[in-house]
Amino acid sequence: MLLAGWGKYPVIDVDLKTPKSIEAIGEILSHQATTTIARGMGRSYGDSSLAQQVISSQYLDHFLSFDTENGLLRCRAGVSLNEILRLFVPKGWFLPVTPGTKYISIGGAIAADVHGKNHHCHGTFCDHIRSLQLILASGETIACSAEENKNLFHATCGGMGLTGIITEAVIKLKPITSSHIMETTYKASNLDEAFNLFEQHEQVTYSVAWIDCLARGEKLGRSLIMLGEHTSAGKLITGSNKAITIPIDLPGWLLNKYSIQTFNFLYYNRLRQNKREHTIHYEPFFYPLDTIHQWNNIYGKNGFTQYQFVLPTSAGREGMKTILKKIADSGRGSFLAVLKAFGPENNNYLSFPIKGYTLALDFKIDKGLFSFLDELDAIVLDHGGRLYLAKDVRMNEKTFKKSYPLWASFQEVRQHYGAIPIFSSKQAQRIGL
Amino acid sequence: MKKILIIGATSAIAEAVARLFAKQGNRLYLLARNKERLTAMATDLTIRGAEAVNYASIDVNNFYDHSLLLNEAIEKLDGIDIVLIAHGTLPSQKICENDFGTTLKEFNTNGLSTLSLLTHLANYMESKNHGTIAVISSVAGDRGRQSNYIYGAAKGMVTIFLQGLRNRLQNSGVQVMTIKPGFVDTPMTVDFKKGLLWASPDQVASDIIKGIDKKCDTLYTPFFWRYIMLIIKAIPENIFKKLSL
Repeated sequence: MLLAGWGKYPVIDVDLKTPKSIEAIGEILSHQATTTIARGMGRSYGDSSLAQQVISSQYLDHFLSFDTENGLLRCRAGVSLNEILRLFVPKGWFLPVTPGTKYISIGGAIAADVHGKNHHCHGTFCDHIRSLQLILASGETIACSAEENKNLFHATCGGMGLTGIITEAVIKLKPITSSHIMETTYKASNLDEAFNLFEQHEQVTYSVAWIDCLARGEKLGRSLIMLGEHTSAGKLITGSNKAITIPIDLPGWLLNKYSIQTFNFLYYNRLRQNKREHTIHYEPFFYPLDTIHQWNNIYGKNGFTQYQFVLPTSAGREGMKTILKKIADSGRGSFLAVLKAFGPENNNYLSFPIKGYTLALDFKIDKGLFSFLDELDAIVLDHGGRLYLAKDVRMNEKTFKKSYPLWASFQEVRQHYGAIPIFSSKQAQRIGL
Repeated sequence: MKKILIIGATSAIAEAVARLFAKQGNRLYLLARNKERLTAMATDLTIRGAEAVNYASIDVNNFYDHSLLLNEAIEKLDGIDIVLIAHGTLPSQKICENDFGTTLKEFNTNGLSTLSLLTHLANYMESKNHGTIAVISSVAGDRGRQSNYIYGAAKGMVTIFLQGLRNRLQNSGVQVMTIKPGFVDTPMTVDFKKGLLWASPDQVASDIIKGIDKKCDTLYTPFFWRYIMLIIKAIPENIFKKLSL
C-alpha cells in the first residue's frame, strides 16, 4: 500500500504489517527478505519510517504495569503520549519530556529521541527511559538500558528504528499537582533580544520561541518567547480531544509569502504589551497544533518538510543570523518557525540535540526547495551544526556523516546485533547507514 | 459497576469498547483466540480502571466448547449485565467463490459460531430477565453484492437471527442490539484504501457504548451508514443487479 511520513513526501508503495502480538513480529521477521522498519504513528516528517516492509506498532498499545509510588510506567511501544496523558494526568503524573504533538508513539519517541521545551533542564525523552525491549533481526527479544547492553541502548535511543523493533519500555513519569502551566510570554523585537531572554531565563523549566522568519533588517528574528512552569494550583484534568480536521489537501497556493507574512504579523501583534503572564492548561501550552487534525494537509498535495537544525553555542548568534537572513531573503515562508535553546548532549549515538540553539521551519515542497536547503546545509555544517533525522527527508550522506561523528560506532553496534541489512529505511539508505 | 462479557475481545473494535468499559470501572471477562494478546490486554484494562479482568482462550469454531466456556465466564463474573460478541474475519470473496470449503469455514466463523454462542447466552439471560446482548453484524449483511456476498450472507444471517431473538426476548426485558459498522480501519481491513467514509475503532466503540445506554435495536455506526444503506436497499433489484458494487 502507499505510505508517506507526516510531510506527505515521498509516497512509497510498502508492505504494511500490523501485528497484534509480539509473537507475530517474530513470525514476520522469520520469513522476510526485504528491508524492514518499525513505524508508530507516522509523525516523522520524511522517509524515516518507510521501507519495503513496514511493521506498525498500532495494535501493540498496552499498558503493562504502573508503580504509583515512583511513577514508573511499563508499556508497549505503540502506546501514544495522548493515551498516557489521558490516563495519568488525572492521577497526578505527567510526561517527563514531550514534543509539540501528543500523537506520537513511545517507540517513535525513543527512536527519534525526541525533545521538548524543557531540553535545557531535563534532556531528551530517552533520558527518562529506564529500560526497553527490542526484537533483533534474529527474532530474539533483548532487554537494554543505560546499565545493561548499554551500547545497544545508546544506539536504539535516537537510532531511528535501525537496530530492531522496540516492543516495550519503562518510562519514569513526573509528578504534578495541577494540569495547568503558568505561562509568561515576552515580545522580542529581534534575534538578539530573543537570545538575551533565553539566557536570562535559562532556569525556567519550559521555554520556546515562535519566530517570524520573514521579518528582515532591524526586525530580523522578531519573536514571542514563551516560558512555562507547572503550577500547583488547579485541578488535574485532561484536555478535550476535540479538534477540527482538515480532511483533504488544501490548494498549494494558499500558503504563499503574502499569506504567511500576514499571519506572522497578526500572530506577533496578538500580544499588545511586552510581557504577559497567565495560567493555561497544558494542552494549548504544549500541543497547540493538535487541535487541528491532519494539519499537514494545509501544505497541499505535494507535501512539505520541516527543516530543523541545531547550531552549537560556539557558532554564536552570528550563525543563526546568517541563516535567518538567508531564509528571510528567499521569501520562502514558514508558519510558526520555532527557536529553542538546547542543554548538553547525551550519550546516544544519533541523538540530535547538542548544547546550542535549534530552529525548526516548515517549507512547502516545490521546485528549487531542496537546492535551497542544500545551501542552508552548507552554512549549518560550517558552524558545526546538524539536522534532526526525524524531520529530514533530503539530507545527503556526506552532510549526515560529517555532522553525526558517531555514525561509524552506531554502525558497529548495528553490525554486532545483526541489524544490517534487515532493519533499514529509505532515509537510512539515503544517508549511508 | 457492570459485569461485562466480551467475545472476540482482541478485535480492534472490541478492544476499544473494552477500554471504555474499563475506564468506567466495570468488571470484564474476555474471550478470544490469542493468549499473548489476551494477557497484555487484561493487564492494560486493569491499569485503565477495570474492577477486575479475567479471560480465557476460545476457538469460536469449536462449538462444543461454548457452553463450558460461557458457564465459566458467568461464574467468574457472577452474572452478566452486558455481552458483546465481536469476533469475525473478512473472507476473500474470490477464494470462497472457488472453494466451498473456505465458504463453509467463513460461515462458521462469521455466522454459525455467533448463533451457537447466542443460543446459550439468550437462554441464560432470558432466565434472569436481565441484560444486554450486543452483536457486531455488518452493513454488508443488508444486501448481497458481488464483491462481498459470502461475508454479507453470513452477517445477514446473524442480523435476521438477532431480529427474531429481539422479538422473542422483548417480554423478558433483555435488550438485543444489532451493530452494523460501515468501513472501520482495523487489521481486518489493512489492505483497503481508506477514504472519508472510514471510521476508527474508537469512534465505533463510543457509538456502541451510547447505543447500549440508549437501548438501541439496530445501531449503524458511524450514523450516516443508516442513510447510505437506506438508499442501497431501495434500489430495485433489476437495476441493482447491473451495478458493480
